[in-house]
Amino acid sequence: MTKTKLKTVTLELPASRDTLAELEIGTVVYLTGRIFTAREGVYKRAVEDGHGLPASREQMGSANFHCSPAARINEDGTLNVGAVTATASFRFAKWLDGWFELSGCNVIIGKGGMTSEIYKKSFVPANAIYLTTVGYGTGALLGRGIKSVVDAHWRNELGLAQAIWVLDVEKMGPFLVEGDIHGNSLFERENAKVAAGIEAAYEGTRPATMQRYGELDDKTKEVI
Amino acid sequence: MAIPIATLQTTAEELTAKAAIEIPADYLAGLEKLADIESGELSAFVIQAMLENYKAAEEDRRAMCGDTGCPRWYVKYGNEARIDGGPIALEAALRRATAQATHNIPLRPNRVHPLTRADHDNNVGMNAPEIEYAFHPDADWVDLTTVHKGGLFGTDYRMLFPGDGIEGIRRFFLDTLVAFGKRGLACQPAIVGIGLGGNKDTCMVLGKHAACLRTVGSVHPDPDIAQLEVELKELGNSIGMGAMGFMGSSMVVDCNIEAGYCHTGGMPMSVHMFCLSSRRATARVHADGHVEYRTDPEWFSAYSRRTTVEWDTPMAQAAE
Ligand code: SF4
Repeated sequence: MTKTKLKTVTLELPASRDTLAELEIGTVVYLTGRIFTAREGVYKRAVEDGHGLPASREQMGSANFHCSPAARINEDGTLNVGAVTATASFRFAKWLDGWFELSGCNVIIGKGGMTSEIYKKSFVPANAIYLTTVGYGTGALLGRGIKSVVDAHWRNELGLAQAIWVLDVEKMGPFLVEGDIHGNSLFERENAKVAAGIEAAYEGTRPATMQRYGELDDKTKEVI
Repeated sequence: MAIPIATLQTTAEELTAKAAIEIPADYLAGLEKLADIESGELSAFVIQAMLENYKAAEEDRRAMCGDTGCPRWYVKYGNEARIDGGPIALEAALRRATAQATHNIPLRPNRVHPLTRADHDNNVGMNAPEIEYAFHPDADWVDLTTVHKGGLFGTDYRMLFPGDGIEGIRRFFLDTLVAFGKRGLACQPAIVGIGLGGNKDTCMVLGKHAACLRTVGSVHPDPDIAQLEVELKELGNSIGMGAMGFMGSSMVVDCNIEAGYCHTGGMPMSVHMFCLSSRRATARVHADGHVEYRTDPEWFSAYSRRTTVEWDTPMAQAAE
């Protein structure tokens, strides 16, 4: 585990609402239990195209990782996952309500989080929290946390990268609590702290002579 | 003597693994320097985790990042170099090496058809991997470089005008860093490459090369450009934003600028951020087939940046 003065916990999966409720934003988390990968290909197929999920909730686990692993299927059919790194989550918001209902997940893991608006709208009713990966390139460390690769669903339909990889993990991490059970966002808290510095850095600059349609020029806003 | 194609293919496979697994020493040293003075607790934690990640990758010989980015190739031909089967055979060898290494390491098969999303599961497809070329006078070797740059965030282009001046350059630089730095979308601290001038396409290419094919600590030979490199690096690290967009001071590991002569009325600019997984590896394959590995691509040279009509600078200077 990475040495730090930040509060650090190991979270066993599946986790109850009460356990998740104790996690504050900014807490360092390591995961033990079953997780599965799912990103846009899976969301579209499961939620939008109405295919549902390829296995039971018990078989898939209760934590959904927004990622696709660096993995291969060996000649004998066994599965090998080397490194895992999250992909940016904000792009998946439109499928979330249906996704929580379908999957029953209460932990979402990804890169960069979502907005507190989305947390309040979709995560809070589902009693779910959001964990962000760290770096974000800690693929090798996360890869080390994988105890076994249980299955790879929909690999023919979606390809290796977009397939659902079911993983049993032990002390996999580090992650940070980005969205807590009440829908607060660590990134938004940090954005507010950084805002004054941004304003100061812009002193002595000038807006471009030629503007662009659709330009966002308020630096307290985000582009996601 | 022609360089055997088999040597080039095995070298390319080895380079793909090196790039994916071993963080270049110049980037690592630059990151450690930022870590030493980082006072933001969360930002410092992120960098600490990354330093451990590089170690884990090398110990286990596994990819440092699960996102392979887009593996691609840069080939520099010595003017006297000859390859068995010529450039067509080399391109085939680089495509084979990419597919083979994707399976062996393994790397994530990232490359898909933009519309159908079809994936060959090997990082090879239409126009992928990209292969770019440069040439070098008075040499009989071939330099192969692979870069696996993360794909989605941290790059932008803008047509500025001479009247926008340095203030406009600073503004666009900050715009890009702030937009993609929040939440750490760009996976900073990054090597920030800037393209200045050229046409829109060359401006993008120069900036990307500046980010991916120059090392941390390298300095542009033009003193005006070198000064701007220093200034922008300081500016980026003074925003108050660190790793993952948390409060801190670690944003820019280094700033490299490459310039090209442009239209007299314009001043195009591009910004590129080469992330915490600044993956690059180079090998020089000599005419007699022996291979030397390194992490500095040495892509830019006095020859490539020449400003004169003729190239008649003495050999010693040409090698830089
Ligand atoms: S930007 Fe770089 S470190 Fe971040 S996920 Fe992509 S390849 Fe990995």
